[in-house]
Amino acid sequence: MTAPPVVPAAHRSPAEAEQLHAGRTGRAVGAGAFRPRQLLESLPTALRKLDPRRQARNPVMFVVWVGSVVVTVAAILDPTVFAWSIAVWLWLTVVFANLAEAVAEGRGRAQADALRATRTDTVAHLVDGRAVPATELRVDDRVVVEAGQTIPGDGEIVEGIATVDESAITGESAPVVRESGGDLSSVTGGTTVLSDRIVIRITAKPGESFVDRMIALVEGAQRQKTPNEIALTILLSALTIVFLVAVVTLQPMAAYSGGEQSLVVLVALLVCLIPTTIGALLSAIGIAGMDRLVQRNVLATSGRAVEAAGDVSTLLLDKTGTITYGNRRATALHPLPGVDVAELAEIARLASLADTTPEGRSIVELCAREYGLPVEASATEAAAEFVPFSATTRMSGVDMDDGDGRELRKGATSAVLAWLDDDTDRARLEAIATAIAERGGTPLVVAYVRDLLGYSTKDRSRGGALGVVELSDVVKPGIAERFGELRAMGIKTVMITGDNPVTARAIAAESGVDDVLAEATPEDKLALIRSEQAGGRMVAMTGDGTNDAPALAQADVGVAMNSGTAAAKEAGNMVDLDSDPTKLIGVVEVGKQMLVTRGALTTFSLANDLAKYFAILPAMFLALYPQLGALNIMGLATPESAILSAVVFNALIIVALIPLALRGVRFRPSSADRLLRRNMLVYGLGGVIVPFVGIVGIDLVVRLVPGIG
Amino acid sequence: MAGVLQVLVLLVLLAAVWRPLGDWMARVHTDERDWRLELGIYRLVGVDPRSEQRASTYAVAILAFSFAGIVLLYLLQRLQTLLPWSFDRGTVEPGIAFNTAISFVTNTNWQSYVPETTLGHAVQMAGLTVQNFVSAAVGMAVAVALVRGFVRSRTDRLGNAWVDIVRGCTRVLLPIAGVAAVALVATGVVMSLRAGVDVVGPDGRPSTIALAPTASQESIKELGTNGGGIFNANSAHPFENPNPVSNLLETFLLLVIPVSLTRTFGRMVGSMRQGVSLLAVMAGLWGAMLAVIWTAEARTASFAGANLEGKETRFGIPASALWANATTGTSTGAVNSMHDSFSAFGGGGALVNMLFSEMTPGGVGTGLYSILVVAIVAVFLAGLMVGRTPEYLGKRLGRREVTCAVVVVLTMPALVLGGTGLAIALPSTRDAMTNSGPHGLSEVLYAYASAANNNGSAFAGLTVTSGFFQTTLGIAMLLGRFLPIVAVLALAGLLARRPRVEPRPGTLSTGTPLFSVLVAGTVVLVATITFLPALALSPLAEGLT
Repeated sequence: MTAPPVVPAAHRSPAEAEQLHAGRTGRAVGAGAFRPRQLLESLPTALRKLDPRRQARNPVMFVVWVGSVVVTVAAILDPTVFAWSIAVWLWLTVVFANLAEAVAEGRGRAQADALRATRTDTVAHLVDGRAVPATELRVDDRVVVEAGQTIPGDGEIVEGIATVDESAITGESAPVVRESGGDLSSVTGGTTVLSDRIVIRITAKPGESFVDRMIALVEGAQRQKTPNEIALTILLSALTIVFLVAVVTLQPMAAYSGGEQSLVVLVALLVCLIPTTIGALLSAIGIAGMDRLVQRNVLATSGRAVEAAGDVSTLLLDKTGTITYGNRRATALHPLPGVDVAELAEIARLASLADTTPEGRSIVELCAREYGLPVEASATEAAAEFVPFSATTRMSGVDMDDGDGRELRKGATSAVLAWLDDDTDRARLEAIATAIAERGGTPLVVAYVRDLLGYSTKDRSRGGALGVVELSDVVKPGIAERFGELRAMGIKTVMITGDNPVTARAIAAESGVDDVLAEATPEDKLALIRSEQAGGRMVAMTGDGTNDAPALAQADVGVAMNSGTAAAKEAGNMVDLDSDPTKLIGVVEVGKQMLVTRGALTTFSLANDLAKYFAILPAMFLALYPQLGALNIMGLATPESAILSAVVFNALIIVALIPLALRGVRFRPSSADRLLRRNMLVYGLGGVIVPFVGIVGIDLVVRLVPGIG
Repeated sequence: MAGVLQVLVLLVLLAAVWRPLGDWMARVHTDERDWRLELGIYRLVGVDPRSEQRASTYAVAILAFSFAGIVLLYLLQRLQTLLPWSFDRGTVEPGIAFNTAISFVTNTNWQSYVPETTLGHAVQMAGLTVQNFVSAAVGMAVAVALVRGFVRSRTDRLGNAWVDIVRGCTRVLLPIAGVAAVALVATGVVMSLRAGVDVVGPDGRPSTIALAPTASQESIKELGTNGGGIFNANSAHPFENPNPVSNLLETFLLLVIPVSLTRTFGRMVGSMRQGVSLLAVMAGLWGAMLAVIWTAEARTASFAGANLEGKETRFGIPASALWANATTGTSTGAVNSMHDSFSAFGGGGALVNMLFSEMTPGGVGTGLYSILVVAIVAVFLAGLMVGRTPEYLGKRLGRREVTCAVVVVLTMPALVLGGTGLAIALPSTRDAMTNSGPHGLSEVLYAYASAANNNGSAFAGLTVTSGFFQTTLGIAMLLGRFLPIVAVLALAGLLARRPRVEPRPGTLSTGTPLFSVLVAGTVVLVATITFLPALALSPLAEGLT
């Protein structure tokens, strides 16, 4: 009936964990402050990016680049203040776009440097005694690392147990335990062994370790465009082509009408019309999205994964650590009829003394608090042989060495009864267990026998089941509201738990989760993910064990805990360095924010065109058709000042929006319709109005320039 | 007042027919059984009506069928002398035959010839009327294939192009056109195989008034949003459109299928809200443009010395404005008054209707698929703003879907602007223009807008018989028709392969008023940002005096 903790207990105290939740997964999605000085610092990089080969990767900005060259040539051939002003501001438009990308990359680089600091000139000591530089290690090399040494590369422990300081990567100062076998065997290069000695099998080639890949990604060197980004680029390129056609064909129409336009004016019109704002900021938005995850100590192996996070419609959340505090605590003892509660307390305490899991500790603490039993083990008690929990026995306990040969066990009802081979108390035990489970608790049957071989159901003095310890889950405060918000965003939450269905449903009801997968096996998880995906829904999950690997790989967003196995980390497409499953919700928000930012700035960029038309069209054709002056609703001074103002606005708006692109637009969890209405209002309507104001303002300055005004 | 009444009657008629006709067309294209007549046709051409086609096969069938139609129509015109009822009108010259063949197969029905003196009744009936039916059926088939793309999932089959074309004719176009033809005869539309009647004019001189089998062609001309008149004066001719009743009936016919297809769409995708929201976009833009044209015409006419040029005096300004708006809002192009003679903004309104890319409500089938494609673009932009990969009708829109949509949306502006720019750059064009200045530019712009949108209405005033115009307008018609069709079918194929995702609160809800506003906004935005410079030099410069 009872189940073991599904997730290995986190290697930090609940208080520490709580602090992390509060600190790193704050409500509003945001990022570090943007410092204007970053613009200056990135200027050299921005200028280097003027190389046409780099510009060609961004079709919209490439058109601006070509336009700048054309206008510069025109200005050289026929130098006027107007032509040179336009030329300068077109170049500035390209530089500002580069700047946006450079600033985003610069912020990523700061993260990369921090990661790179972990890759020192470590010397690796192979098992055969040779010492080689860490950079020459090969996969499957076995290296020995002793206390005080730095682990030379990603790998898994094949021998030994050690405490490891992973603060270099996670920023978490509390050391963690790593041991061979099981789910805690993976170690990351650059972390330091604090105690003991371990033998590690290297699993990553030098330069291809997890951290290396991360460095490349956050620096933007290996950044590949994400699917939505590609689709958007296609749309933007197509718009650029149409504007190109519109401007090129305007010339013969203008010539026919008797108002042939200069090349400078036509290029200015083209640059103002094509979606330069979003074109300039598109890659910065993508890089910044990755960056925001890194700031939350989540490393994504690809931008695609970040984007997929925004699309997730089903979240698989482990109950333990995400919905409830990591550990269940003993809250009550329920003796069987005829058993003294003191006896139950005594046996329960004895059976738990050597059990260092939080559950075990909480039983000892309960017995101390309620029944005055000592917390510390006596010498005899300490000499007892600990029988650890195993998946096959589903029990733990001790074998006493006190001459009695007493064996004490606590565990699932069915497991304990099977061990006793005694069904006498089944009905009563199950009644108690069911009552506990209905409250959302976990029942743990306590039993002992004296000399198991001689045990008989008839003789109570030789032992038997005594009663039940009630372990309760404590649901984290605020989690129900969180799920409510997710529901509004159209995301279904599924609680994954090893608990039985009754217990699971009680916790589900308390926490407000949408669905529950009880008594979940790795196969169940995989099957659930597949069925969700078959319905076209994208699934995100967290996991840490090797047996989670297939599900992590199958999920669209698989966040592996850094404390997990190498297999899990390899299978997922993100790693949470803090090993905090709650963060999955934040990851989804970062993904959504990235998409919203792109859409909002695209809309803003297109809406801007209206004002630019009102500035440039009358300026172009006023001499020809004075009646088109009716379109000059902004009252711009001269045709030259009107066109220049539009070009200057077009360039400056890029700089003005860099902080927004890096930070991402404000994202509050709410329904799609509400989000759309709000963003249409802010970025659609705002995009229509802002340039009118901006161009008028710039015109007031520009008209003072001799030769323009 | 009578004008408002006309509009109301028209709207009531359309509203009454919307449900039964829309549902009927949905049944036609989902029915498992074939009519005996249809089975006969399938046997004759060797088609298995139960076999379904991939997007590529479907497209090849459509293209092959249309290409064969062009060749056949070209040959009919060139060999006219061998046909009965040709009345010594002779062989049609190659340039005109080429342009006319393309024009009628692409559902444009642009006419660079004078029908009464160029074509005999055999070519009119066996050539043009047949194409009036099948070109409309082709448009409907492509629209239905796209809707199937939304409805189906995880399949690469879109239905059978031959079945869709045949059924469109046998079950929708032929029955309605047949009834309408009889009704038109009842209103006084001519139906005759004679070449004409000899009369003595009031001045005592003898002349011949041409006759033709008009009613049978007139009904499908409007119903199939074709628009090619059997007389040069088109529906301004009293034999094609004798009185206000016939005028209203013809206006109704040219709107009825495009409007009802929104119901067909809603029915097929299983959500009537989706169909209604698109209908709202069509109706909203159509109503707005009607107001523009009507106001522009009414105001110009009220000036002293009234600009009566271009006003259909038999029907009055409202009927002219209503017809102009309906014929350019659908891709019909039949006229009951000459748009060239409209006021700057009135003619400009008709031009803008076409520059909306013919989806208010658009041609038979073409209107539906065009607006669906714009909806996809709108959903893509807006969908990003809700923080999800955009979905429309349960289909995720990725790179390839957007590429197809963009090809459809951009083909027309590229053809119109490219054609106009090229034509206006040639000195010879000046000679072909009746007017100079902004109005002259409007004439050229209108011609290419009409061709690329497969509308076929002419601003008149532009002589398009030169080799340059025949060729470039012909190319504009061909590309304007078939590039989007190929892209739409490719899109349908992509969509059909995608799994259908059930809508959730987190996805942008379509089929809502907000969605209608978004789609209408996208239609207007795309037209504005691409055509505003050109329009500034033509109707705007002309009208803002």
